[in-house]
Order: sequence, then C-alpha cells, then structure tokens
Amino acid sequence: MADKVLMKGNEAIAEAAICAGCRHYFGYPITPQTEIAAYMAKKMPKIGGCFLQAESEVAAINMVYGVAATGKRVMTSSSSPGISLKAEGLSYMAGADLPALIVNVQRGGPGLGGIQPSQSDYFQATRGGGHGDYRMLVLAPASVQEMASLTVKGFDLADKYRMTAMILADGTMGQMMEPVSLDFPEAEKVEKPWATTGTDMAREHNIVNSLFLQPDELERVNFERYERYAYIEANETMYEEYLMEDAEICVAAFGIASRVAKNAINEARKQGIKVGMIRPITLWPFPVAPFAAAADKVKSFISVELSMGQMIEDIKLATSCKKPVTLCNRAGGIIPSPEQVLEAIQKAAKNGGAE
Amino acid sequence: MAVVFDKPHALVDMPMHYCPGCTHGIIHRLVAEVIDELGIEGRTIGIAPVGCSVMAYDYFACDMIEAAHGRAPAVATGVKRSDPDKHIVFTYQGDGDLASIGMAETVHAAARNENITVIFVNNAIYGMTGGQMAPTSLPGQVTQTSPYGRDTKHCGFPIRVCEMLSELEGPEYLERVTVNSVANIRKAKKAIKKAFQNQIDGKGFSLVEVVSSCPTNWGMTPQAALKWIDDNMLPYYPLGVYKDRSAEEDAK
Repeated sequence: MADKVLMKGNEAIAEAAICAGCRHYFGYPITPQTEIAAYMAKKMPKIGGCFLQAESEVAAINMVYGVAATGKRVMTSSSSPGISLKAEGLSYMAGADLPALIVNVQRGGPGLGGIQPSQSDYFQATRGGGHGDYRMLVLAPASVQEMASLTVKGFDLADKYRMTAMILADGTMGQMMEPVSLDFPEAEKVEKPWATTGTDMAREHNIVNSLFLQPDELERVNFERYERYAYIEANETMYEEYLMEDAEICVAAFGIASRVAKNAINEARKQGIKVGMIRPITLWPFPVAPFAAAADKVKSFISVELSMGQMIEDIKLATSCKKPVTLCNRAGGIIPSPEQVLEAIQKAAKNGGAE
Repeated sequence: MAVVFDKPHALVDMPMHYCPGCTHGIIHRLVAEVIDELGIEGRTIGIAPVGCSVMAYDYFACDMIEAAHGRAPAVATGVKRSDPDKHIVFTYQGDGDLASIGMAETVHAAARNENITVIFVNNAIYGMTGGQMAPTSLPGQVTQTSPYGRDTKHCGFPIRVCEMLSELEGPEYLERVTVNSVANIRKAKKAIKKAFQNQIDGKGFSLVEVVSSCPTNWGMTPQAALKWIDDNMLPYYPLGVYKDRSAEEDAK
C-alpha cells in the first residue's frame, strides 16, 4: 500500500486532478475553495501545465469549454455563487457533449449568503444547474480521501460519457485535513475523435456545437443524451450502506452530514435503536434502488442535510413515499450536531418509526 | 482553361444563410483566403459567436467551435492554451457579441495579450434578432429598440473598441478596416493577414475591426448601405491602425 500524506480537502482535489492527467485549470477566487487555485498556480508551471486566473467565473468555465473541445482533461473550481455564474457554460458543455470536472465547495446561500459550509446547492447540482434538458454526474465526497479519489473518478466518468462531472463538496470537506493515499487506478484511455485539434488536412472538420435549429434534430440529440443518462443510472450509481441489515430507521446523508450522522447512529445503536444509513456517493445518478429496497424494510427515513431539505425530495421519489421521511437539518452554514441527529433518531424510534 | 477565380479551400462549398448584400460573405472569404495563403488550415480552430455569424462553424473548413454569446475570447483562450505551439485560433464576432455581452472577455483577452486573432464585424446593429440597438449603434440611429433614434442621454454613446483597447498595455495589433469598396477590401485583407501572421509569430492579441453593413436591418439597398458606411459609420469609426507594438518598437 502506498504511503499516506496529510492533506487539506481542497489540496487533495488539486493533487488528485494532476494525478489524473489534468494539466489545465481555470478559476476565479472565491472562499472557501481558493486553496485549489493556489495549489494549481504553484504546481502547474512546474509540470508543463496551465493555471490561469480568469477575469470571472463566466470566463473560467468558457476557457474550460475551449480546452475540453480539444479533448484534454481540464477543470475549474468555485463555490456556490460562482457556480451560478458557471451555469451558462455547464449548459453549453452539456449541449456540446464536452467532458470536464467542476468542483463546487459549497457555502451557504442564497445570494452572497455566507462562507460557512452548506449543502444547499443540491438542487442546482443534481438538476444540472443551467437551462435545458441535461444532467451532470454529481459526486459527493465524505472524506479527504474521497475528495481525491472521486476527483480521479470524476475525470474518468466525464471522459467516458462525454459530460461534465461535479464534485459537490462543502466548506468543511475543503478545509479539513486527513491522511490521503494518492495511489489511483489507471484509467481506461478514451479516444476523442470529435476533438477540435486541427484537421491536419487529413479529415473533415470537426465542429463542437450546441446549436440545433431544426426541432427534430434537437429532439434527437436530447433523446440520445437521455439514453446515455439511463445507461449511467443503471451502471454508475455509487452509495455506501452502514448497518442497514437489521435497520428499522434509515438515515440518509451525504458528505459532511454523513460523518455527523455516523456518530449519532453509533450512539443510538448503543442505546439499542436499530438504525442504519444509506450514504449516496453519486447524487446524480441518485441511488434509487437501495432506498426503494429499504422502503420495504424500515419504518421511516431521516434525511440529514445542511440545507432546508433538498435531497429529501429524491428520497421521497425513490421510496414512492411508502414510508415517512423526516428532515433533520441546519442551514446558513451551520452543521447539525451528533446530538441533534441522535435526538431525531430517538424520536423516530419512540414513534415506531414516524416522527 | 486557366482558373482565374476560385473558392478558397478554407471555405466549405455550401450556400451561406446571409442576407443579400451582407458583407459577412466578403469577410468570410478574406479570412479563408488568408488561411489558405498562410497554409494553416490544418492547425486552425475557429470560434463562432452568437449572432448573424453563428453558423460560421459550417462555412469554414478548419475545425470549428460554437461559443456562448460573447464568450469566444475565453473559449479561444482555452483552445490556444491547450496546444500553443500547434493551434492557430481565431474568433469571429459581431458587435453585440464582442462589445456588449462579451466586453469583459474581449478586454481581458487583450490585456493578457492572448495570442489569438479576433475578427470583429461591426455593423452597428443586432442583425440575427431582427435589428436592435447595438453597443456600436450611432447616436440618433433608428433601430427596433431605439425607434426614435439612439438617445445618448438615455442610453449613452456607442463604443469605439479599437480606441478603447489601444489604451491597454497588452494587445499587439489593433486595426479598423472596412469592406465597402474594392480598395478597402484589399486593405482589409492585408490587415487580416497581418493579424494571423502575428499569431504565427507569437506576437499576441491581434484584432481587426471590420466596419460592415446590414442592408436588411438598416432598411436600405446593399449599395445605399455601403454608402451609409462612408457617410455615417466612418466619421464615428475612423479607419486606421490603432496599435502595432512591433512596428512601434521597430521605429524606436
């Protein structure tokens, strides 16, 4: 096993991206993710890569669009308000079927909001963020190790499916330090015959484009894209189940919320409460199957979120509202405490599952 | 029989969608002739804008990318930085795209002296959407969204892009040309060729502003529109070289 190094979450993302072969980074400063840019600014010139601070998030995502069009691995990172600005580019990249990695180290919103950790961009991320019918792969790390390994995975999936992948982290994940192994599996090489790298006078010109003025043509590319999405839903969903074998109460949480929830679940187990957790690792595709299966076994669900309740809607959809789903949340940059989550679990246990 | 006139190789043999009398066709041809003459088609990537020339990606035979409205210089930056030694990158943008919604991208690409070529077609109107006021519409100019004439007290003054960018330290070369006569078309081609040659030589950001006509949305015949350029556009947008750093340095 390779040695582990102690890293901040944001730095782990940057180093993992370099390991994944990313040599182009474009970004604009915004708290709490600026360490990624700083790391890239230091490293890229030394390894023949390109770090460029763009004039805006809008420009940064369009620089990403340019590199992605040439078939090279490229990324940008930002935090919530900046991601809103990148939404235009995300939609265009979806329309032009371009792969890239986007990192959102979330902070509280809406508007300028705050700079403390949040998960309130769940809707934005899992529904694509910009205009039009499209999806993004959304990966939710719950440790610094996953910040790194899901970054590599994100590049691989983006290339494989010609779409953007987003790391949906939060301020805590970005700032906290944990040991990380930077030993990653070798990715499958993906050919990109569509890339605009110059014809070399050896082929017809390639066109990277999202404009389809004929409605039947635009409908066709949308249908094709959704066939690809259906394949991804069937094959790329990732989640972790924790103590679910005999669980009567199912906690659902991702990212930092799952770390807090795990503490609360361990404490509840000591008190004899049969509680487990499903932790989605891919937020899109959402792990529908384990939630649907759990709905036939457990008495109720508790969604632990750093938002006003966003993932809870996907849980209700995945379980066809078969069992009650309650929300245990904090918002505005505050993380629920293990005690708050434990209390929610105890309440659910007392009510025979329902709150 | 000797061929005396032919379609440039860098233009795809297909009908263009431009209105009769529109000067986009001439400017496309000039860009394509330059690409041919410099022998760079195989390594050139063009960036089309949003606006009348949105479908330029179909017309140029080199690799092409369609950018979001105004973002062509940012996209071009990415393409150039992806392989600076190989890629020759040009953007082809109208006045709404370059000087309104994309002004930040334009200014910063120029300030960085990004080694790209920008073809800026200024016809003082939004053509594709049916003739609205542009950032370069003249004072008093009647458009769909300035039906009583552009009132500078209400919506300010048109922007002279070459003059504005010439204040920056960054850009290598800025020239304004027009294509309303044979003589002017020849001068325009010379400027476009220089703008591409500069990129090949690694000199940096080169922008050629081509003062153009829009007979359809100006509500004129093509001939009258070309005359309107002389009578109305050129007094506000004087032709000439606004910056040529290498020439300035050579002169020192």
